[in-house]
Amino acid sequence: MSALTGTTLLARLVLRRDQIRLAVWIVGTPLLGYALAGSVAGVYPVQEARLGYATTSASSLVARAFNGPIHGTDLGAVVVAETYVTLALIVALLSTFAVTRHTRQNEETGRAELLGASVVGRYAPLTAALLVTVAANALAAVLLAVALVGAGLPLAGSVAAAAAIGGVGVAFTAIAAVTAQLSVTSRGANSLAAAAVGLSFVLRAAGDVFGSQSADGTQVRSAWPSWISPLGWGNQVRAFDGERWWVLALPAALLLAGVALAYTLAERRDQGAGLIAPRRGPATGARQLLSPAGLAWRMQRGALLGWAVGVAVLGFSMGVAADEFNDMIDANPAAAEAINAMGGGAGLVKSYLAAMLALFALTIGAYVVQALLRVRADEADGVLEAALATAVSRTRWLGTQVLAAVLGAVALLLLAGVTTGLGYGVVTGDPLGQAVELGGAALLRLPALLVVAGVVTAIFGLLPRWSVVLSWTTLLVFLLLGQLGAVLELPQAALNVSPYTHVPAVPAVDPAALPLVVLAAVAAALLAVGVAAFRHRDVPS
Amino acid sequence: MPVISITNLVKKFGVIRALDGLDLHVEQGEVHGFLGPNGSGKSTTIRILLGLLRRDSGDAQVLGADPWRDAVRLHRRLAYVPGDVSLWPNLTGGQAIDLLGQLRGGLDRRRRDELLHRFDLDPTRRCRTYSKGNRQKVAIVAAFSSPVELYVLDEPTSGLDPLMEAVFQDEVRRIKEAGSTVLLSSHVLAEVEALCDRVSIIREGRTVESGTLAELRHLTRTAVTVETARPVSGLDALPGVHNLHEADGRIHLEVDPAHLDELLGQLIRFGVRALTSTPPTLEQLFLRHYGGDPAAATTGADAPAASVPAADAQALQGGAR
Repeated sequence: MSALTGTTLLARLVLRRDQIRLAVWIVGTPLLGYALAGSVAGVYPVQEARLGYATTSASSLVARAFNGPIHGTDLGAVVVAETYVTLALIVALLSTFAVTRHTRQNEETGRAELLGASVVGRYAPLTAALLVTVAANALAAVLLAVALVGAGLPLAGSVAAAAAIGGVGVAFTAIAAVTAQLSVTSRGANSLAAAAVGLSFVLRAAGDVFGSQSADGTQVRSAWPSWISPLGWGNQVRAFDGERWWVLALPAALLLAGVALAYTLAERRDQGAGLIAPRRGPATGARQLLSPAGLAWRMQRGALLGWAVGVAVLGFSMGVAADEFNDMIDANPAAAEAINAMGGGAGLVKSYLAAMLALFALTIGAYVVQALLRVRADEADGVLEAALATAVSRTRWLGTQVLAAVLGAVALLLLAGVTTGLGYGVVTGDPLGQAVELGGAALLRLPALLVVAGVVTAIFGLLPRWSVVLSWTTLLVFLLLGQLGAVLELPQAALNVSPYTHVPAVPAVDPAALPLVVLAAVAAALLAVGVAAFRHRDVPS
Repeated sequence: MPVISITNLVKKFGVIRALDGLDLHVEQGEVHGFLGPNGSGKSTTIRILLGLLRRDSGDAQVLGADPWRDAVRLHRRLAYVPGDVSLWPNLTGGQAIDLLGQLRGGLDRRRRDELLHRFDLDPTRRCRTYSKGNRQKVAIVAAFSSPVELYVLDEPTSGLDPLMEAVFQDEVRRIKEAGSTVLLSSHVLAEVEALCDRVSIIREGRTVESGTLAELRHLTRTAVTVETARPVSGLDALPGVHNLHEADGRIHLEVDPAHLDELLGQLIRFGVRALTSTPPTLEQLFLRHYGGDPAAATTGADAPAASVPAADAQALQGGAR
């Protein structure tokens, strides 16, 4: 087949370019799975503890939305409930980025043209990228199964759980193969695929929320929306609960369909072109574009709009879900007693709302990182050089970018708080009051985001070549400390590394000024370091 | 006062000395050619002049100011065209031109529209859809639309077609007439010959030659091919004669311009039947400086010809025809 000529060679090129990324992925995910499984086993060592966990998880709509359906009281089932969504999201995004990186990004940079002119078939680059990505998923799944067995879980369930997660990776490999054909830019292709991940998450959450609880109260049977979500399929394998192996055929089928569609699209389009044709634009620059601030807004607005839609939808649904705690307490006197012992039903709802706002603040941290890393992208591809050769100082340029990212973060935080408040207020009958209260509470998270902005700026100033890796790693560390720190039972000293640890959990606790002031001061110092370093270094570096 | 004045400039990237004592002097109102092989440090020098890179030692002055410390103030008075233009992919060419112009402190709209027309550039297309040549045009139009004192052009015409090359040369003459100074780094020797008042040639981070083209030519030998009635003798004893050899009954040699007269005096005694004398082409001039041993190249006419065999062979063939 001449269309595939050169596939082996290109696959080796992919392996060579990505040897470190692939190694981290293939070894990292199983290690994370092993660590999580071990700590879950430590927290729920006995059947009674797991029975309580399963009953609560099965009846909590929030747990169903975020952790997926619980499948019984086996230790493995609890491990899956605690880790599946995290691991599945990680492999979904890693697969997406890997496919885009070796298909559309090569076309965008012109590397594909150089390769395409040599003895390389039309389908070879796509096939090579798919081969490596699917192989990486398979390998990571095998190691994950080994890790789970090593953590003391039964063999069949471990294999099923690992295969389920590998299947998610394979499914999004197929989706990314298609999105890479649609968009002209790698950024666009990644955004489309990431939107598909988000949609899958929402569909799965909806299917699990609307699912039914089994008679013994320890299992959830998902409703149909979970079945149209590749993220949901992994749950339907029901690892550790009478494994349904045939469900694994779904990602495989999607892979075949996706590859067929991607090949068809690739056949019909020109090299470097997408299916979304580039439009013409204005011949002159509007006045509001022609300044560093105008340019920063122009470059951010698309991403900001996407984030705003996501945050608003999620915020509103989280708010609506908060009311279920009240229902739960009304319906279950025993639970009510337990919850009252923990500080009362009202307190629990507020804890939930505070946890949601904390989650939003972490997520919006990703927006800040993404927005600020544009400066580095501009530097790497030479646009920054052109801009700094004009009468714009480095301080003004970088300061404008930081300000734009921070203002975007303020807007998103406020939106998250207000929509959560609206959602909660609509069901409790006080939309306006709740919107104002939670909007204010959300804004109290800003200092933590300022620290994130400070860290990225400092890294950009001091170690520009490492900006992308170090910035995302920092955010990931904050995320792991915040979300998994408790599960992993890390010491407080480790948790204190994350700025998010220090934000008062309003509305569950009263706001305190001191930590916020300290965080803001740390952020200011980091920003100053970053700007000073940027002023004194070579551009480009 | 010179517009650009660089003495003994040093820039290191780790252990590599990209610039190793470079000198460059550009006078007010001249078009100054900045030449050198790939990787010789031209772009590094230009980035230092733009305050993008920090010099390790040496002195650099642009328009009487320090390019690093006074970068912003200086950038209002100069315009830059990079050799490899990258632009904001989602802006149109027109938007990018206006943005760069505005960031520099404003542009002349009439000139902008005229330049768009002359360079035949469609400003409504997104920068991501432009070819290399068209991206280059965006940067050229943006730079030439700003009336500034100094234009720093780093291989500005790479990727332009010959028609556009001619338009470019016209525009450079126009800004020169307006009294501006141009630093032009280029590998297009015809362009350098047509535009430049003076040139500086650099190699491995050092200036090896600087002067007008006539001065540089003077340092290089003339190739002579001669056919005589009687066998010639005594040429190897003449001063300034190099690379003497005989083939197909013709004598090929090279002579320093200062000794041409003595050579002719000697030849005339043997009955000259045919004689071709070829002054050095610009290519030969540069090949001599670009190739081989840099120390030898700096000595100009006294350099052993063996260091540039390709140039010599070409010159002799050209002379024989």
